[in-house]
Amino acid sequence: MLVYVADQVLGYLVYGPWKDPAGTTFRRRSLSEVDADPEALPGYRVNIGLVIALLAVGAFWILLFRTYAGLPAAGRRPGAGGGALRRLLVAQGAVDGAAALGRHGRAGRRARGRRAARPAHAARAGGYGFAAIIVAFVGRLHPVGVVFSAILMSMFYIGGELAQSRLGLPKSLTGVFQGLLLFTLLACDTLIHYRLRWQSAPAPAAATTAAPAAGTAAT
Amino acid sequence: MDSFALLVAATLNSGTVLAFAALGLLINERAGIVNLGAEGMMLVAAIAGFATAVHTGNDWLAFGAGALAGAALAAAFGVLVIWLNTNQYATGLALSLFGAGFSAFVGLRYTQEKLGEHNVFQVPVLADLPFIGPAFFRQHPMIYIAIALTAAIAWFLYRSRSGLVLRAIGESPESAHALGYPVRRIRLAAVVVGGALCGVAGAYISVVYTHLWVEGMTAARAGSRSRSPPLRPGGRPASCSARTCSAASRCCSCSCRARVCSSRASS
Repeated sequence: MLVYVADQVLGYLVYGPWKDPAGTTFRRRSLSEVDADPEALPGYRVNIGLVIALLAVGAFWILLFRTYAGLPAAGRRPGAGGGALRRLLVAQGAVDGAAALGRHGRAGRRARGRRAARPAHAARAGGYGFAAIIVAFVGRLHPVGVVFSAILMSMFYIGGELAQSRLGLPKSLTGVFQGLLLFTLLACDTLIHYRLRWQSAPAPAAATTAAPAAGTAAT
Repeated sequence: MDSFALLVAATLNSGTVLAFAALGLLINERAGIVNLGAEGMMLVAAIAGFATAVHTGNDWLAFGAGALAGAALAAAFGVLVIWLNTNQYATGLALSLFGAGFSAFVGLRYTQEKLGEHNVFQVPVLADLPFIGPAFFRQHPMIYIAIALTAAIAWFLYRSRSGLVLRAIGESPESAHALGYPVRRIRLAAVVVGGALCGVAGAYISVVYTHLWVEGMTAARAGSRSRSPPLRPGGRPASCSARTCSAASRCCSCSCRARVCSSRASS
């Protein structure tokens, strides 16, 4: 819910106190300024955000699996309230990863994430925070997995934009693929956690999966 | 005074969307399911309803199509969450993304269409009353259906045995299971009904409220806001509808001001 509060606050700042006196909204960075961002490697168009993201992934891995503070978070003990914390941390890493990798494909033309050049537009372009949650799940809630899932998701985004410009399909078609990806991935967990058994006797309301107790306990 | 009557009328008009969606989510909530996919269901229902209205010209068929679309998506959500035991929040989120993308894809050729002004239903005698008439009794029939539905759902949840079972399943699925109730089937039914109501709300937006289809049109209008009323502890249907109206009055005061200005200009 705070998403909508933050969006309004951002809108107020961009069109209010932080407005560019010479323009209508927040000052936009020119392309030459964006090009002046430090590069990850000389001669490549990859932004330094990628390096920051990869460092963040390493830092989160150490925090989660090699420090005492990360133990309740990484241990997934329901009583310790760890799951939420862990997911929070990993999602945070995913935001960085997705932001940096998203920039990768666009050569900084549309900067996003923490170092966004055009905050209002980054927020309105929307869905990056929500997509990051998907990234975290697809990455199996593991910092290193997040890197690979972020690459996958950024391919969806770039593919969606290409589909829009070359095939005339709406860009939001990306959402269809993101949604289907998450659907199948989440459903796949059932096959990981439970073994399918075909019973001849008709079990009540549990013909396809063998998880009656767990199914009813889900809140 | 006339402008205030128009304000009330516009509030009821935009509040109907929220009321339908919130009632649907309330049923889900009472059955112990949090469906964050309301946005997606409403968008798909909006395009389904709009397409039906464009081709048949019948509002009621459009609402039916919207309800069917919402119910279909909700059924998919329900099977995933209830039978395959997936995370409710993540699945709902996926449904939102899927619905937004799918509706944009399907609705591509409907962006140019526009529905004609629908005929406003006037309650025979009451519509001619000086202030109350324009404020309350010159509305689309769905508004009265929403109010009736609020009462019906309140009665169902708190005065009927099946409503009691539904609430029991929401509050303690283990106990209900031990008593022999088919927890998962009842939950799926609640999810499907909730999805159908969200679908009606989505169809109402595109068919009655705006008369056109825009990609992602429910954004910041209904899906997310309708979620908040039932999420409050002890959300009840009546308070749910009352709150949606107060939210709606905030939402539409802007658009209403424009409408009032234009009516003043014309008179």
